[in-house]
Amino acid sequence: MTYLAKPRLHHPSLTANKVGYTRRDYEGKISTLCAGCGHDSISAAIIQACWELDIEPHRVAKLSGIGCSSKTPDYFLGASHGFNTVHGRMPSVLTGANLANRHLLYLGVSGDGDSASIGLGQFAHAMRRGVRMVYIVENNGVYGLTKGQFSATADQGSKSKKGVTNSDSPVDLVAMALQLGATYVGRSFSGNKAQLVPLIKGAIAHGGAAFIDVISPCVAFNNHPGSTKSYDYVREHNEAVSRIDFISSREEITVAAAPGEVVDVRQHDGTLLRLRSLQTDYNPTDRYAAMSFMQKHQALGEVVTGLLYVDPLATDLHTALNTSDAPLNGQTAAQLCPGAKALEKINASLR
Amino acid sequence: MKRIEAVNDFVIKFANVNGSGSASANELFAKAILRMGVPVSPRNIFPSNIQGLPTWYEVRVCEKGYLGRRGGIDMMVAMNPQTWDADVAELHPGGYLFYDSTRPLPQEKFRDDIHVIGMPLTEICNAVYTDPRQRQLFKNIVYVGALSVLLEIESEVIEKLFAEQYKGKEKLLASNVQALHLGRDFVREHLQAPLGIRVQRSNKVGQQIFVDGNSAAALGCVYGGATVAAWYPITPSSSVAEAFQKYCAKYRVDPQTSRNNYAIVQAEDEIASIGMVVGAGWNGARAFTATSGPGVSLMTEFIGLAYFAEIPVTIINVQRGGPSTGMPTRTQQADIYSCAYASHGDTKHVLLFPEDPYECFEHAAAALDLADRLQTPVFLMTDLDIGMNQRLCRPFAWDDNRQYDRGKVMTAEELEAGRDFGRYKDVDGDGIPWRTLPGTHATKGAYFTRGTTRDAYARYSERGPDYVYNVKRLLKKFETAATLVPQPVLRKAARKTRLGVVYFGSTSPAMDEALEMLAEAGIPLDAMRLRAFPFPDSVAAFLDEHEEIFVVEQNRDAQMHGLIVNELNVDPARLVRVLHYDGTPITARFIAKAITQHVHAEVVTPKRKARETSRESAA
Repeated sequence: MTYLAKPRLHHPSLTANKVGYTRRDYEGKISTLCAGCGHDSISAAIIQACWELDIEPHRVAKLSGIGCSSKTPDYFLGASHGFNTVHGRMPSVLTGANLANRHLLYLGVSGDGDSASIGLGQFAHAMRRGVRMVYIVENNGVYGLTKGQFSATADQGSKSKKGVTNSDSPVDLVAMALQLGATYVGRSFSGNKAQLVPLIKGAIAHGGAAFIDVISPCVAFNNHPGSTKSYDYVREHNEAVSRIDFISSREEITVAAAPGEVVDVRQHDGTLLRLRSLQTDYNPTDRYAAMSFMQKHQALGEVVTGLLYVDPLATDLHTALNTSDAPLNGQTAAQLCPGAKALEKINASLR
Repeated sequence: MKRIEAVNDFVIKFANVNGSGSASANELFAKAILRMGVPVSPRNIFPSNIQGLPTWYEVRVCEKGYLGRRGGIDMMVAMNPQTWDADVAELHPGGYLFYDSTRPLPQEKFRDDIHVIGMPLTEICNAVYTDPRQRQLFKNIVYVGALSVLLEIESEVIEKLFAEQYKGKEKLLASNVQALHLGRDFVREHLQAPLGIRVQRSNKVGQQIFVDGNSAAALGCVYGGATVAAWYPITPSSSVAEAFQKYCAKYRVDPQTSRNNYAIVQAEDEIASIGMVVGAGWNGARAFTATSGPGVSLMTEFIGLAYFAEIPVTIINVQRGGPSTGMPTRTQQADIYSCAYASHGDTKHVLLFPEDPYECFEHAAAALDLADRLQTPVFLMTDLDIGMNQRLCRPFAWDDNRQYDRGKVMTAEELEAGRDFGRYKDVDGDGIPWRTLPGTHATKGAYFTRGTTRDAYARYSERGPDYVYNVKRLLKKFETAATLVPQPVLRKAARKTRLGVVYFGSTSPAMDEALEMLAEAGIPLDAMRLRAFPFPDSVAAFLDEHEEIFVVEQNRDAQMHGLIVNELNVDPARLVRVLHYDGTPITARFIAKAITQHVHAEVVTPKRKARETSRESAA
């Protein structure tokens, strides 16, 4: 009920993380989305991930496009600056914000309409460019906010609520991300918090562009028989490639796993992704193997989830541009202006 | 036969094939005259192509210092067989035709009222050089050498320019000097020199610099503190970003760490470019993009977002011939409406109108300050004529005591002290609210930025009064802008007159000359050069003080005229349109003729009928 204010009293069991914040400090406003919407679970997973990683809420910038998914940044991290941009263009705005200050954490939340239709180009170029961000697509196969039109990720042959069959081939954002050189690619399901939270944590810690496609059923328009993005369908066809443990660089790894069972991936900042493989021979550090594994299993109607690919040592656009460590938005005339003497030299060279 | 005779006052046009190496030779020619203390203003006329099509370089030599295009050609250096007929036809009677006489041409290819100077350039080069590339490139230097004798340009000046250009490259220097003298020697031995038109050393250049507007704008962005640039290539603005890259590589690298105090991204399109600028501006970095008319069209959605969400953004629009793909390599001032009112709904944007590279530098730095202060998009409206031609102008100046105006950004301390923060609240009466940057304070100051309507505390609201408060405040902000932008420049006639003229941007050199022509002909005018929109109060006052005001601009639909009528409620009957829009730069002759005709017609015909004057300019 969104007209009720959130209760101010905290549950006594609410604990503070290492920077002194409880989980409540990572919440935002009450959601105005439909009851049971998958997006709200994703928001909860983001809150959980940020709390567990001891991130200061105000050191996050959350950006989104337009759509139901793009409304969600209002529902988490209330102490962070947010920016609802325009439809399909969140990646460019996030890139510019990132260039201005490399030391904030950038969360880009988008939907399948926002990123696979109008925003397909900006999604693709953000992956190519390697902007350090967590790019979450909340994927329900429809345009929820405008009442249920098919989106570009709707599977061919799937039926809309009104009974219309989609005849177009779907855009597979994960496959595209892999093809375009993205360095952290995952897929999950809003109903599987155990899988989603570590995936988000790994993405936050990742050194480059991290992309997670989260299937997030739309209870209003795409949760019926004939949909391939409903709770029922995804639960029946979910093929996870691994279970993921996220281990921060400060934690000790106390239990050694048996060889062959586990793939350990250490990222540039020391964090460790421990992937308990549920598929024989799934190696998330082999991009082309990942691509062909996915295509093979998707042809069988399976929804492949988990951390599909990671380049643990990936760097980002700032590294490529060799920008200063001090944020560009804080630099002064002393650092930026060459001065009158240099200008006199320039004038002399133009005579 | 008539013979055009002039010292330091003529127009010479080079007709070349683009990609042949002629550009640098022609520039050398122009610079040599400048170094002799005689003002020149060269203009490139180039096709929308890379190699093989015609290109022209039109140089006006003018000791008086008039830098506008004059119209009419006194000497033609006809190096392109493809355009021969048109080139020869363009010459004034009594003018000079210089050409490569290696292959004989039939008599009907010439005119009997011009002076023909033939020189077997290809034959000369083939005798001296064996490498085909050298034969091609040095031909240009050979003709510069020839011209230097024909027009009495000092060879020492040219050799000094070579020495500067090829410093450290002894072989190149020697071969260029050799080519120069090949040309000089031939003329001395075989041709009549000097011609009726020639150059004589003077001292009218002084400390002026010779630079193109795009480089100047880029330098202004460096000096003005821009740290983020996102752009997409388009003629004629690409060289702004390229120049910015070059200047940053030289001046913005930290000497201790070797890291860059700037970030430049060539985006996938103009929408992504402006998106990055919006994101950077939102996050407190001074950011800009450079584009042309078609790019602005693509950017309009984001421009509207930046206007309504109040985000600093600087857009350099190097205008070209429109509409649509238009004339990519020709000049116009045809984006006034599309920039002033960019995007759907009620929007108004700040426009700056620099007249030359000096003002491109000044206004670029000013734009960055204004964008931060006003929290709104600011357009720097230049055009191809200013941007892509080298122009003589005042040297750039910068006061080392100057600080950047970062505008109203609330600090962590102010938030901590409990200062009331309403992101869209007018607290100072100027319509400009305060903003906070992401990451400032742990619990205070965060808010949501959106393109949707809201209350003064950035809370989503669809209430009528909240919306009206917001948009009226934006109008108040625009009034404040009128007091902060570059003010118009007034030039009063020597005697009192009821006539005024309003103009802006690249029209100015032609207007300077036209005003003198008209004054001499007995038509004095008070002139106001607009330098920005919104219009400061002095503009309305100027219009009030004159019975009739000519509005001179380079577009078909009299857009500045329309902006004046719309914004200032001036009676259109008092404004007379003077319109030039064929893609060439406007000339003094055109302006003077249009105004003179109108004034004379008024004596005979009632004012109502003589009101509108619009003409196409002759090529």
